[in-house]
Amino acid sequence: MKLGYYPGCTLKTKAANLEVAAMAALDHLGVEYKELSRWNCCGAVFSLADDDLIHQVAPVRNLIRAAQQGCDTVVTLCSQCYNTLARANKMVREDEEKRDTLNRFMDEEPDYNGEIEVVHYLSLLRDEVGWEKLAEAVTNPLNGLRVAPFYGCTLVRPKEVAIDTMDPEILEGFIRALGAEATTFSASRECCGSYQMIAHPEEGRDRAAKVIASANRSEADALILSCPLCEYNLGTRQDEVIEYHPGLNQVPTFYFTQLLGVALGLDPELCRLDLNGPAAQELLIDKKFIATAAV
Amino acid sequence: MASIPSPIHPENLKAVNKIAEISGQNVHECMQCGTCSAVCPMVESMGFTTRLGILYLQFGEIEPVLKAQIGEFCASCHTCVVQCPRGIDVARVFEAVRQYVLRTNTDLIKPQEIPKDTMAEAPQIAFVSTFRKLTS
Repeated sequence: MKLGYYPGCTLKTKAANLEVAAMAALDHLGVEYKELSRWNCCGAVFSLADDDLIHQVAPVRNLIRAAQQGCDTVVTLCSQCYNTLARANKMVREDEEKRDTLNRFMDEEPDYNGEIEVVHYLSLLRDEVGWEKLAEAVTNPLNGLRVAPFYGCTLVRPKEVAIDTMDPEILEGFIRALGAEATTFSASRECCGSYQMIAHPEEGRDRAAKVIASANRSEADALILSCPLCEYNLGTRQDEVIEYHPGLNQVPTFYFTQLLGVALGLDPELCRLDLNGPAAQELLIDKKFIATAAV
Repeated sequence: MASIPSPIHPENLKAVNKIAEISGQNVHECMQCGTCSAVCPMVESMGFTTRLGILYLQFGEIEPVLKAQIGEFCASCHTCVVQCPRGIDVARVFEAVRQYVLRTNTDLIKPQEIPKDTMAEAPQIAFVSTFRKLTS
């Protein structure tokens, strides 16, 4: 497998805490990859309008870039990037007319016929590394940590690009490999409020509150996610959500890759915990998984 | 022989045909079971349920659906899509309803009214998705 890494718009800045530990973990686990040297925004949301081909240009162009760099597989960390690239790829493979139109429209680029495989980082860990090997590589097991696995929407829907079955276990497998305990969490596949947090904050907060309430009921110490929009709604704005929904308890949020970095014993600075709220670091210090707070 | 009058007003027929064209979905396959509304995370914010929205479209009525802001509040979570027993891609139907409005050069959000602290704090992905979904 010739693996390329597609970062996407948010991971170099606001969601650096999703990226840095993830890339260090791949090096640590001996998975070879190269970051795409040239890429553009994937569009964040897959275009659902049948007659709107122009918004497929951005994701497909990224897949062309991957092919140009000699890759046969592209891995993403952000759930929305995964969904957008995987669905665009599927469209190119299955719809001859749209594929032909796109190729003729991008006549300055080599033709693309769906040669690249798009995978999410979690699938890569499960299928290329394996939970057993990952568990063996863990030097700082997160014993006693109760983690609520949050899938949200775009990792598991629609079915044709879902990274697992309709009853997903992939995050639970990941959590167990790190030595932690996965909680049973009824809102794990629900909407976090998505972009409605910007457009309709009241409705966005209501959604986030339902997810936090469900995590609270599962007695989770922490909530893990893989999408910067989920992190914004459930993490960055959590204090505000709780203010509007009294009775909820704070639950620190982490990108799944941060807990991976901690469990693998990577330099805590690589986990970029400074970008999470203070509660996240306090939890890990309290549980003795890290020694001191990052600044 | 006199032609049988269509129960759907020609203007409404034009609108629902446009929805069918943009969505690629046939709303007449819906049997009104209401599963889409039962699983919809945003249904409480809509003027009425997605089930009723589809029923109106079956009868060629688009105005009530626009008024109920179903397209505006749909978060494209695709829960209804994976649950629909008739295999209708409901998210595409309401994406088409949203596009029907956006394509009249109407924005469903005013970017200039987003609070400054939100602008500073929110990740890029939040703005790209909001503007993709809710601006023309």
